[in-house]
Amino acid sequence: MLSDVTSFASLAPAYPELLLAVGAIVVLLVSLFWKGISSTAVSIVAIALLLVVLAVLLLQPATGVLFNGVFIVDGFARYMKALVLGGAAATLLISLSNAKEHGIDKFEYAVLVLLATLGMMIMVSANDLMSLYIGLELQSLALYVVAAMKREDKKATEAGIKYFVLGALSSGMLLYGASLVYGFTGTTQIDQIVAAITLDSRSIGLIFGMVFLLAGIAFKISAVPFHMWTPDVYEGAPTPVTAFFAAAPKVAAMALFIRVTTVSFGPITHDWQQIVIFLSIASMVLAAFAAIGQNNLKRLLAYSSIGHVGFALVGLSAGTEVGVEGVAIYMAIYIAMTVGIFACVLALRTENGPVETISELAGLAQKRPFVAAIIAILMFSLIGLPPLAGFFAKWQVFLAAVEQNLFLLAVIGVLASAVSAFYYLRIVKVMYFDEPVAKFAAVPGELSVVMAGVGFLIVTYYVTVGRPLTDFAHSAAGSLF
Amino acid sequence: MIFSDHLLTFITFLPTAGALLLLLVGGRDEAANNLARYIALGVTLLTAALSLWLWYLFDPSNTGFQFVENYAWIGESIGYRMGVDGISVLFIPLTAVLMPAVILSSFGSITKRVKEYLIVFLVLETFMIGAFATLDLAMFYVFFEGTLIPMFLIIGIWGGARRIQATYKFFFYSFTGTVLMLIAIMAMYWQAGTLDIVKLLTFKFPPEVQTWLWIGFFASFAVKMPMWPFHRWLPEAHVEAPTGGSVILAAILLKLGGYGFIRFSISMFPDASHQFANFVFVLSIAAIIITSLVALVQTDIKKLIAYSSVAHMGFVTMGIFTGNIYGIHGAIFQMISHGIVSAALFFCVGVVYDRMHTREISAYGGLVTPMPRYAVVFMVFTMANVGLPGTSGFVGEFLTMLAAFQANTWVAFFAAFGVILSAAYALWLYRRVIFGAFTKESLKGILDLDRREAIVLVPLVLLTILFGFYPAPILDATAASVNLVAENFANAIGAAPAAVAAATGH
Repeated sequence: MLSDVTSFASLAPAYPELLLAVGAIVVLLVSLFWKGISSTAVSIVAIALLLVVLAVLLLQPATGVLFNGVFIVDGFARYMKALVLGGAAATLLISLSNAKEHGIDKFEYAVLVLLATLGMMIMVSANDLMSLYIGLELQSLALYVVAAMKREDKKATEAGIKYFVLGALSSGMLLYGASLVYGFTGTTQIDQIVAAITLDSRSIGLIFGMVFLLAGIAFKISAVPFHMWTPDVYEGAPTPVTAFFAAAPKVAAMALFIRVTTVSFGPITHDWQQIVIFLSIASMVLAAFAAIGQNNLKRLLAYSSIGHVGFALVGLSAGTEVGVEGVAIYMAIYIAMTVGIFACVLALRTENGPVETISELAGLAQKRPFVAAIIAILMFSLIGLPPLAGFFAKWQVFLAAVEQNLFLLAVIGVLASAVSAFYYLRIVKVMYFDEPVAKFAAVPGELSVVMAGVGFLIVTYYVTVGRPLTDFAHSAAGSLF
Repeated sequence: MIFSDHLLTFITFLPTAGALLLLLVGGRDEAANNLARYIALGVTLLTAALSLWLWYLFDPSNTGFQFVENYAWIGESIGYRMGVDGISVLFIPLTAVLMPAVILSSFGSITKRVKEYLIVFLVLETFMIGAFATLDLAMFYVFFEGTLIPMFLIIGIWGGARRIQATYKFFFYSFTGTVLMLIAIMAMYWQAGTLDIVKLLTFKFPPEVQTWLWIGFFASFAVKMPMWPFHRWLPEAHVEAPTGGSVILAAILLKLGGYGFIRFSISMFPDASHQFANFVFVLSIAAIIITSLVALVQTDIKKLIAYSSVAHMGFVTMGIFTGNIYGIHGAIFQMISHGIVSAALFFCVGVVYDRMHTREISAYGGLVTPMPRYAVVFMVFTMANVGLPGTSGFVGEFLTMLAAFQANTWVAFFAAFGVILSAAYALWLYRRVIFGAFTKESLKGILDLDRREAIVLVPLVLLTILFGFYPAPILDATAASVNLVAENFANAIGAAPAAVAAATGH
């Protein structure tokens, strides 16, 4: 087969990936041979690299299909890649000042994050089950190492192993599903699978393949019932790593989920719709109830992220363009809220070390009013209370579900959000209504900037970013249908 | 850009601008607190002045919306739309005029976290005014639901001993009801293709769809109102909230429910409203009679007033769902009047609470001796609460009863018991607190109203009596729009519009 890449210019849609790949290798080599380079410097270079890639991505509107059809760049891919890059850069930024204390002050950390980000970008742009798998594994292998990076810590090692075993299992399921899909359609290319399904009517083998494929991806977005690893890994991994896990990889996996379902299985929407509805309801309800009993902040955030995946899937359940637009908006707001809340968690430390439980937050509002205000804003936003950004995220996904007359799903969803309000409000209650017991250390400068930025965007969403973001998401969703 | 074209935007967001200004006030000492207090007072006074100007500029003969601003904003669904008609115009001055009183009343009683207190109240004011002023259904939801955040904090931070349970109860009752309305709003968007309230008012929803939409909205407004048996959160929230919080809760937030019933339930879902009217009557009468009886046995002053609020809101829902012109007119009047009277009653409780730090009725007695001015003021509001002719409380009750007679004699018959019972609990409360022998040791040395409290209460006394004798300013402003609502309702359910023609003589 002849390659369709004939000149460097024809590679234009893949420039961001190429740049990131070359950059990651250069950073790795330089750090390896430059004895005594500080991990902070490497992280700063990595952040700069991610931002440059982001700039290239946004300024380079080239779209197209490359490498004999395995790699696609469309509006949707560009939107999701922008989120992934932004999320990765932001999570590296908030881990700068506390890397040492969390045992990730090694230059490999930043390099692995770069490689994982590259994997995510390939996932988002995958137009073939093979490139999909390659991207997914590049991302996962980097993340397995990052999770266990704090080697002497038992919990971190446990988290790494758990993540690896369950991740490998899910990859296996995904591969099995991919092979079934190939067997029954004769192609691995996502946009040709559609044609194969339309030509001859769906076969039971194809459905089986699809189910395995979706189960594999559901692991990665940690939708119930494939969520078991999430609380343990979130709790065990060093906090900056948890922040990274919670943000960019979720977006990439969600993008993959959307592309596989809406593009390649578009003709059998009714078949996967049931699966997505189930995943959505199970995630929302389980997360809402399971989080109530948690006192560990990171476990609570793990359940919170499971719940939010459930809410995002409400949009996908509709299986329409409006729904995909909703998920796209949801993921953007989700990533901002996640970065913000982890910035707050990383900023808080008492004389006993970093804050890990909710009860340690008692009276924060009187000791550190700024951090408390940001956390409160984020909690209200996570509940989905207007006029904060979290409401507008929910608005669009539920709007899509109601359009398709999925009223039961919508009602269960909003009631689950009422239940989830209980544990989010508990944090506000502890911070604002209880009397302070501990002293809190001063907040590092760059974390304050991140917190203030996120807080500003969340509060002023309707006035500032709401409109451009919605337009961007609208054109992104439009490129899939 | 002409200023008055964007008047609603200015009135709505001026308090938020004030809150931002307060963020800049540094320091935690008394001087900084005082500066914050006077900034907040200045901002709310300016808002009040603008809102009165709005009322002055408002053309009562126009049945359409005025001061309209209409822009598409986020995506295809959410817009930025503002405008008022006769139904909503009066709630804006009501809110804006009460706010300076609320701020002023906090000067002596709130001493911890003063700046935060003022900020959340200013933000709350934006949400409340916005909910009445917006013409976009999604934005109505945003403002309506947005009030939960500041109110949750107000009760939780500055409330009494059992404030946490109270604020959680308030939040979950309201939130659960309101999210169901959210689903209904979305369904309306897909039915009508727009969230512009002006267009939705002329859109005819199919009757079977109306039923479900009505239920969704009812879940929200019945809790907000609150109607029996969804009122359980209210007494606790009132008791535990600081004085300012109770005032706002009773005077404004409850009115959001009534406003919603008129604007949405009656106007957009007339068939469903007609179908559910008897159901609402039963709940209204239950509210009027049961909560009045419950009020009789209360030992806590605030709780007693809270239950009386539920009873008074029973008259409002009863009036609204008669669907005729007297009922809706009376309901609006009753809401405005109750906004003034209940606010004043909670201020009155705040006055003695600040001195004695108890709300137990049995802790008081014979206050007429040391506090003669307070006794007079409290008497005016007690009488208004009873609905004595000559106070504003009478007009609303009378009109709603009149409407109920027209709709269903039995409804009016049972509702009349509420009038008797309200006299019983209100006058008995007055007797126990103000009259009787002045013998309690702890009350010795209690002071009469000071100047600040008088500035808060006297204007409310004047308004109560003014609207009792001369209700025209309120009735005139609302007449045209109420006529239209009643007419549309009558047309939609196919009733003869005779009542409408007969009743235009205000």
